[in-house]
Amino acid sequence: MTSHTPLLSLTDITKRFGTLIANNAISLDLHQGEILALLGENGAGKTTLMNILFGHYVQDEGTVRVAAGGDVMTTLPPGSPGAALAAGIGMVHQHFTLAENLSGLDNIRLGTEPLLSFGRRHAARAKVEKIITESGLDVDLDRRVDGLTVGEKQRVEILKALYRDARVLILDEPTAVLTPQEAEGLFAVLRRLAANGLGVIFISHKLGEVLAVSHRIMVLRAGEQAGELVTAQADRRAIADLMVGKAVAEVTRTPGARGRALVEFQSVSLGKPGHRAALHGVSFDLRAGEVVGLAGVSGNGQSAIAALISGLAVPDSGTMRLYGDPVTRADPRRLVAAGVARMPEDRQHDGVVGTMSVADNIAIEEVRSPGFSRYGFIDAKAIRARATAAIAAYDVRCPGPDAEARLLSGGNVQKLILARVLERAPRVILANQPTRGLDIGAQAEVHRRIIAARDRGAAVLVISEDLDELFALSDRFLVIHAGEITDAGPAETLDRATVGLLMAGQTHTPETLAS
Amino acid sequence: MSLRLEPREHAPLGLRLLVSLLAGAIALLFVAIPVMAAGANPCEAYVLMAQGAFGSMFALSETLNRATPLILTGLAATVAFRARLWNIGAEGQLYMGALAAVLVGSGFLQLPGPIMIPAIMLAGFLAGGLMMVVPTMLKQRFGADEVVITLLLNFVVILFIQMLIEGPLKDPLSMGWPQSVPLLAEAKFDKLVPRLRTHWGLIIGLVSALLLWLMVKKTVLGFEIKAVGENKPAARFAGIPVDATMLKVALISGGLAGLAGVGEVAGVKGYLSADLSPGFGYSGIVVAMLAGLSPIGSVLAAIFIAAVFVGADSMSRATGISNYLADLVVALSLLCVLVGSFFLRFRLAPANPKVEA
Repeated sequence: MTSHTPLLSLTDITKRFGTLIANNAISLDLHQGEILALLGENGAGKTTLMNILFGHYVQDEGTVRVAAGGDVMTTLPPGSPGAALAAGIGMVHQHFTLAENLSGLDNIRLGTEPLLSFGRRHAARAKVEKIITESGLDVDLDRRVDGLTVGEKQRVEILKALYRDARVLILDEPTAVLTPQEAEGLFAVLRRLAANGLGVIFISHKLGEVLAVSHRIMVLRAGEQAGELVTAQADRRAIADLMVGKAVAEVTRTPGARGRALVEFQSVSLGKPGHRAALHGVSFDLRAGEVVGLAGVSGNGQSAIAALISGLAVPDSGTMRLYGDPVTRADPRRLVAAGVARMPEDRQHDGVVGTMSVADNIAIEEVRSPGFSRYGFIDAKAIRARATAAIAAYDVRCPGPDAEARLLSGGNVQKLILARVLERAPRVILANQPTRGLDIGAQAEVHRRIIAARDRGAAVLVISEDLDELFALSDRFLVIHAGEITDAGPAETLDRATVGLLMAGQTHTPETLAS
Repeated sequence: MSLRLEPREHAPLGLRLLVSLLAGAIALLFVAIPVMAAGANPCEAYVLMAQGAFGSMFALSETLNRATPLILTGLAATVAFRARLWNIGAEGQLYMGALAAVLVGSGFLQLPGPIMIPAIMLAGFLAGGLMMVVPTMLKQRFGADEVVITLLLNFVVILFIQMLIEGPLKDPLSMGWPQSVPLLAEAKFDKLVPRLRTHWGLIIGLVSALLLWLMVKKTVLGFEIKAVGENKPAARFAGIPVDATMLKVALISGGLAGLAGVGEVAGVKGYLSADLSPGFGYSGIVVAMLAGLSPIGSVLAAIFIAAVFVGADSMSRATGISNYLADLVVALSLLCVLVGSFFLRFRLAPANPKVEA
């Protein structure tokens, strides 16, 4: 399956950003027909390495070489995506780079042909269709990209790379946007492509899928090459330890002491009646010392519930009560002052102001409170002191309290938000997609903090699309579908299949279905 | 060897200063071309300009007099642009401020000086502020574009002022000139130095710059304005009242432009006319951009722009070159600073460093 000379060879790649060493003397070979997984936590240097390979960044040291026929390898000029493309390196980014208003076929051709290219469309279509037959990447080529599903868009991206005669295909976190079924389909395609002689580099921080699809695994940790192993001989536990550099403590949840209702929803409606993402007369409560998991396919009203508990909206009809008193004004500050901790769904977009400092972002919710300002003047010293303590306590990795928040990785932004909201010992916690996009180390940390807050007596609502996460955290399940909520009961009485059926809008249990 | 662009993590203060200084210098270099085309020696022309702007007490006073409204309109643009509120209407706000000063200070109210001057300043501030608050509310309520509204309001205001000074506000003793009734003596700003035109408006401008700097750096309002300007959804999520903050910015921004108008009426002319401002409102945008939206920088940038205008007038008298040259310098320095701000966000790095194969 593999030939003697590698397709691609990286030697001693080092890249520094200021004092941070993103990649330290990393070397790797990729052979024909091989799927190599690049595994590591967020910020381990995976994406940096691939951006160097593709010419988006220039390495400080080291070389990238590609096979040039026979046993000869040529050095790729650094910092030239054009040269990487010409050498047959194709990259599928996490965020797609497609023109939404063009068809799949036109997106594939885009950039490869002169502006005036009469009659070439036909030849292009023939070539793409041949690739589709060989790879199994089935897409409607004539449909506009904005009408395609996320999985289909990804297939167009892969086709785009293959159309340019890629010999090496790099996929950056390809499953982050896919449903489990779509991910399975992608793995099948990758295996087929590899069997046809392509070299694939698969970047991921998810252990399970790396074990499922790759031949060989390279683990990166904090910019260092932490280990390299053959997948068939790999042990899940050992790889996890390699990734985080220490044994990962699994979160163990013991049943909590259920207290009084802190948040009550009574026939709450919000949004356009009949709309899927609106709420239609939902009633539930959140009790002290309890984690409630809200399961559901995204876009079924979760955002409305989050907006209500965040203080961004008030019910159109019905009542939301906090500690027994109805909430009648959309005012996040009052909720924060009353002890509600809120983690936004889109933490980069709604959670932090990128150009403000880490310290300011930690203080932002309470900047008017006496601890952080006096007579309208900011107490910069207090803000900085609080930030310094929080950075240490929550292990926010950043150059310091004065660094701009945009320089932080996703996991560290979430830790910053945890530091902001948990430090006040909140009584109610809204954790909206608390670990989306986080690596396992950071995930465990977030889960540990949530359980600890619950044990302290907080009422917690976890909204997540990840059922594993919900089962790991929740004492009780609520399932939302088309703006209506079903109380599914204690977690111990449930399994994934039952919750899945409720998520699909099926209100009967499997037993009644079977009869 | 070719070059490529890399994003910067942050731009140091020294670099930001350098960009502003270089922008001014490069603009002067470019303007040397038309100066030569007009048959003059650019070096001599610029020396004459510098003498005209700073060469004597009188020249310096004229430059500072010219800089006074520019400081205030520059600050108006600075505070608005920091919040991503695009106030292009400082010219109209200046005139409305001037109008309010005349309405309050020309005899409708009889007040002693120590009360009269704060009164006309307050009136001018509120009038200018209102001219920005209303477009901001329209933006919040209906999504109306504030650039279009504030820009076009400038022309509406000028026509409104012309109507007033040809009609109800016309000075009966003006021998037919279109100008308003004059301010009472109590409402006029004192000169800073006897027989020179520089007036107390300059002090108002400098104090405003200091206060704005203090607000930006040290206050909760400055913190909230920054959050709202840089990321509205995150500010809203964090509980910062986004709409109220924007309205405060609008009031301050329009108000500062209004104060510029008060200063021109109370410190220079003594009455309102339709040629009160030769585009101070628009030049304020250049001042703010040259200063990199820094309040203290706005003072320096305003003095630079004022020096160019005053110096060009003086040079024009000596060499016969048109003083439109000044507009050319100002326009080019704006373009240069826009190019320069690109280099504050990116750095040039060699694309192909030597690598051992």
